[in-house]
Amino acid sequence: MRNIWTISKREIEHYLASPVAYLAAFALMLIIGLIFFTNIQVAFLYTSAPSPEFIIAPIAFLLIFLVPAITMGSIADEYKTGTLETIMTAPIRDWELIIGKWLGGVFFFSALLLFTWVFPLILNQFIDPGIDQGILVSGYLGVFLLMAAFVSIGIFTSSLLNNSIASYFLTFAILLLLWMISAPSQAAMTAGNEILKYLDFSEHFYPTFLSGVIDLKDVVFYLSATGVMLFLGTASLEARRWK
Amino acid sequence: MIEVAGLSKDYGTRRALDGLNFNIHKGEIVGFLGPNGAGKTTTMRILAGYLPPTSGIATIDGKDLIKDSLAIRRITGYLPETVPLYNDMSIRGYLSYMGKLRHLKKVDDLVDEALTRVDLSDRADGYIGNLSKGMRQRVGFAQAILHDPEVLLLDEPTIGLDPSQIHEIRNLIKEYGKQKTILFSTHILSEVQQLCDRVLIINKGRILVEDSPEQLQMRLSGGRNVVIRVNGNIAPLMNAFKKVKGVTGVTPVGDNAAQVIVQPDFEARPEIARIVLKEGLDLIELRGADLSLEQIFIQLTAEDKSSASTTSTRLE
Repeated sequence: MRNIWTISKREIEHYLASPVAYLAAFALMLIIGLIFFTNIQVAFLYTSAPSPEFIIAPIAFLLIFLVPAITMGSIADEYKTGTLETIMTAPIRDWELIIGKWLGGVFFFSALLLFTWVFPLILNQFIDPGIDQGILVSGYLGVFLLMAAFVSIGIFTSSLLNNSIASYFLTFAILLLLWMISAPSQAAMTAGNEILKYLDFSEHFYPTFLSGVIDLKDVVFYLSATGVMLFLGTASLEARRWK
Repeated sequence: MIEVAGLSKDYGTRRALDGLNFNIHKGEIVGFLGPNGAGKTTTMRILAGYLPPTSGIATIDGKDLIKDSLAIRRITGYLPETVPLYNDMSIRGYLSYMGKLRHLKKVDDLVDEALTRVDLSDRADGYIGNLSKGMRQRVGFAQAILHDPEVLLLDEPTIGLDPSQIHEIRNLIKEYGKQKTILFSTHILSEVQQLCDRVLIINKGRILVEDSPEQLQMRLSGGRNVVIRVNGNIAPLMNAFKKVKGVTGVTPVGDNAAQVIVQPDFEARPEIARIVLKEGLDLIELRGADLSLEQIFIQLTAEDKSSASTTSTRLE
């Protein structure tokens, strides 16, 4: 446990020493801010009450772009600079390294998600009985679980590759694929539809978390996806030793 | 302390280590010598617990390298050849990070101690990214000795340093080696002569020779070198030199110098001097020189190239 904590703490310090983390935070706040502003204007125009969904849904989608930017170097860069050698010859287990790295990313994005709370807070001031707190809670829980799974995928590809840019694009491709994997089959109503729908990350998010429903099945889905990815990450780190 | 038996390592189809055998006793400083690509770094990495061997057994302090990997990593310190460090960290930050990963108690005190040892106390809060190569090397060394390891593995610790820095690192090794076991690789032979109790020469993944530096020199040189320099043409004297008692070989070096190899136990210099004077030439230089480790090394690895089996039998 102590090793995991030491590594995740170092990982966060490493993020904060690089401009990528600030740029990612800036991009997220800027885009969500723009979407927020547009929605408020539209709401005034039609005198309708905006729901917090329109803040939460874009955050989930933006994570597809932002998570790989943060996780891409986590293992790949350590390999490239050789520091992986000193870490892997220190008395820590491979899984402790992977989980520590993952936890660092989860902490970072949790802080980022906390920043975006400012938008629902503002919205709450605008609307008379206040916003739908249920959607806010379930939506953010969904985004959090989604983000944890995304980060584990990012750590896995970073452990697989020796190049952080390659890791970015592989993670991005995997996340995008998992986000819309069931879309074509649903449109065409083809066979295998149910399996693809189950694998689709967005299918565990839009119908439930974003509509104010917390379904244990979806929680389990995201947690097990995270677990599988962390396991694969550990396996690929171990495989590096045998190369 | 370190026991290695039949250690082999394959990278794909390429065999990097081919049945390595050696023992290192507690408190020894052993130099690991070999040309580039001989398998030094691979051996270091295996002993440090970074790479598993393809086959063979290695134990450190009686613990198996694979089964007790964590226990071994706790008692070994390792400085990789490339001296990997985090450029975004301060020296102190880096050392205390490594110390925390090793669960050291009183990390701050140990970091201070290690910093004093490598003489970096005044730079402790500076960023690693701004350090010179020599300072990086010292930070790497501090990292390796931070937890006071029983076994220290140093992969080419003096490569790329200037002479005074090399001197510093050698002193650190010598100092540390008074109590602990050190295996360090190098291809600077004078380093081995200065520091080591024993030398392992490795080539193409196999141990060629294992001996103390002095013994190695005695055993392999098969005699002494005598260098002669005169103020005139030395060529006419060559035949006369060959006839001197104990001389086994003469090689001209330029027009007015020559190298004569003399069997041990023979003193050929007075006779050589007389020959030169008899010819009416002035003797400018006449000195005995040991065959250097460099020459031995080149000779060994070259012989290994032509006929591996005969060399090893001759040496054994």
